[in-house]
Amino acid sequence: METVTITMKNAPALYLEADTISPDAFAGKNAAQIAELPAFEGNVPTTLGKYFEISGTAGATAADTKIVVKGDVKKVKYLGFKMSAGELVIEGSTDLYVGAWMTGGKILAKGDVAAFAGLAMKGGELTIEGNAGNYLGAAYRGDWRGMSGGKILVRGNAGSDIGMYMTGGEIVVNGNVDVHAMTHAEGGKLLVKGNAKSKLGGQMVKGEVIIFGSIDTMMPGFKPVGEVALEVEGTRAMFSHFIGDMGERHPKRKGETVYANLYKKI
Amino acid sequence: MTKTITDVICPFCGTLCDDLEVVVSDDGKKLLEVYNSCVIGTEKFLHSQAPDRVTRPRMHQEDGSWKEVSYDEAVEYSAQMLAKAKKPLMFGWSSTNCEAQSVGNEIAEISKSCCDNTAATCHGTTLIAVQDIGLPSCTLGEVKNRADRIIFWGCNPAHAHPRHMSRYSIFPRGFFTGKGQMSRKLVVVDPRVTDTAKMADLHLQVEQGRDYELLDALRVALKNEWLPDTVAGIPAEKIRETAAMLKSGRFGIIFFGMGVTQSLSKNHNIDAAIALTKDLNEHTKFSIMPMRGHYNVTGSGEVFAWQFGFPFSVDLTRGFARYNPGDTSTIDLLTRGEIDAMFTIGSDPGAHFPISAVKHIAAVPSVCVDPHLTPTTGVSKLHVPVAFNGVETGGNCYRMDNVPIDCRKVVEPPEGMLTDEEFLTKVRDRLKQLKGVA
Repeated sequence: METVTITMKNAPALYLEADTISPDAFAGKNAAQIAELPAFEGNVPTTLGKYFEISGTAGATAADTKIVVKGDVKKVKYLGFKMSAGELVIEGSTDLYVGAWMTGGKILAKGDVAAFAGLAMKGGELTIEGNAGNYLGAAYRGDWRGMSGGKILVRGNAGSDIGMYMTGGEIVVNGNVDVHAMTHAEGGKLLVKGNAKSKLGGQMVKGEVIIFGSIDTMMPGFKPVGEVALEVEGTRAMFSHFIGDMGERHPKRKGETVYANLYKKI
Repeated sequence: MTKTITDVICPFCGTLCDDLEVVVSDDGKKLLEVYNSCVIGTEKFLHSQAPDRVTRPRMHQEDGSWKEVSYDEAVEYSAQMLAKAKKPLMFGWSSTNCEAQSVGNEIAEISKSCCDNTAATCHGTTLIAVQDIGLPSCTLGEVKNRADRIIFWGCNPAHAHPRHMSRYSIFPRGFFTGKGQMSRKLVVVDPRVTDTAKMADLHLQVEQGRDYELLDALRVALKNEWLPDTVAGIPAEKIRETAAMLKSGRFGIIFFGMGVTQSLSKNHNIDAAIALTKDLNEHTKFSIMPMRGHYNVTGSGEVFAWQFGFPFSVDLTRGFARYNPGDTSTIDLLTRGEIDAMFTIGSDPGAHFPISAVKHIAAVPSVCVDPHLTPTTGVSKLHVPVAFNGVETGGNCYRMDNVPIDCRKVVEPPEGMLTDEEFLTKVRDRLKQLKGVA
């Protein structure tokens, strides 16, 4: 695997929309060609080379390409946008849409990421060592299909509306999550090792939520149905089991109504 | 001698009352009296006659004073600002007519701006929810003639839409509601005992920020499923009673305001309320309608949607329309410092935005087009006073139920003053020259 290192040298005055920073766009290009890739600062068309110092050569395909992003990229949007293979390592914190619509490959963000990370993600791995913003793994506005595959791991906390309209895949948050996690979800799995706030699983149709910590206020649509013993990531414990959201529509499978399952560690 | 003009449209709130009578002087230059309107509407008409009104554009000077400039100089400053900016924001639009909004959209397209209306801090969340799950709505005429179950959720029309209740929702005697108020049941959901809540048959005093839970509980009650003993501070029995009362009506309507659109859960509250409306339609006929604030904020959404495909928070910087509130919405653009020029028209963000956002308006080149003196004109570099739309010029406006109504001109503006549309047309033409667009 070939590695391309890009380092921020001239930070943008406004915000930089760099949807070309992905192994797919870099594949088969040398440093000079990568410097010519388009980006936007506001309504001004520009190139990556005006902002980043680029070293190394990309592999022949996206799968053979690893990108390391260095320097202050807090004002850069769309890192790893629509990437399908390869690797992207972001050394610091960054802005909106990290790994949005990604279908494969690996992203490692060593700092925080802002909202809309992993938006409508279909596959691959997104690891965030800091905190994640709102709408992590959610659907794009107006879409009823959120994250449908792949895995997101957040070592810090995550914001509100994570996993909204999620249909598949897995989100693991080691810290706490804000309101409206898994709203409208129709599948997929959310594991929160910290605490959850209110509106957890509101309007949820299918899917699974596991909470290790506390839930600020339980949705009234989640009905307690008993206790179960579960083994989650090596931890074996008793969990209270709830099904819901009873106010929402639910499909039937083999004559049985399917509900979303919520497990809270006792 | 004076003249009385009848059937005047009131350019204040989204109710857009169309039965006002205005008395003007014989020469049509002075507006003397206003009948039938609420106190706020009356004030809007009479304010146009204020003797201390600003009638010429003014530039903010370095020492904080204002210097009068001509409209041509104002056009030049505005066009230059929009032409030079990397990411200009054109915000407001809700207190002007659709014709002006349309010219504004041309400017936004040429200058590749972000454009947004006051829904950003009002019913924008409603629009997000509508896009997510649709909106079963109706017109206010249907409410007047048919509705026998009225819910006011997180809104206080007694003060914010003063004539709404007498014209449409509670008191009028309609075709199938001949007994007026007697034929209707009123439910108010509000954490406070407002003047609207005092009139309710049933007041659900929901805990603040728990509307989403209560809406969900009502949906659960409609399906006769298990409920906890209390939800959002309301006993389960009362929730089941409310659900039964709503089901027993012939035609129901949920009116909702900023108590739910801008409190915790925002678009999800509306999402759940629309889902509740959908569920109620399995038992009876039910509709839902946002209580829109500005008299033409609905029109602004219509014009944006018609021309760009999205009702607010449109980003045209890349030459095509993009929309994602949170990224392209005004408050976020301002507080994150994403924009480098601000053009405000028909709105007062200075009075309603968080201070961090207002500080950014003050920090960048800015124009405010507004007949009034407002906190926004105070922080803007250029203030362009214009004729009052709906008083000194007519134009198309949309009522809160999406019914278009043409506003009427009742009095002449002070001599030499431009309307919103005239000023914007001049800016557009100058901008075309600067950008070399045919």
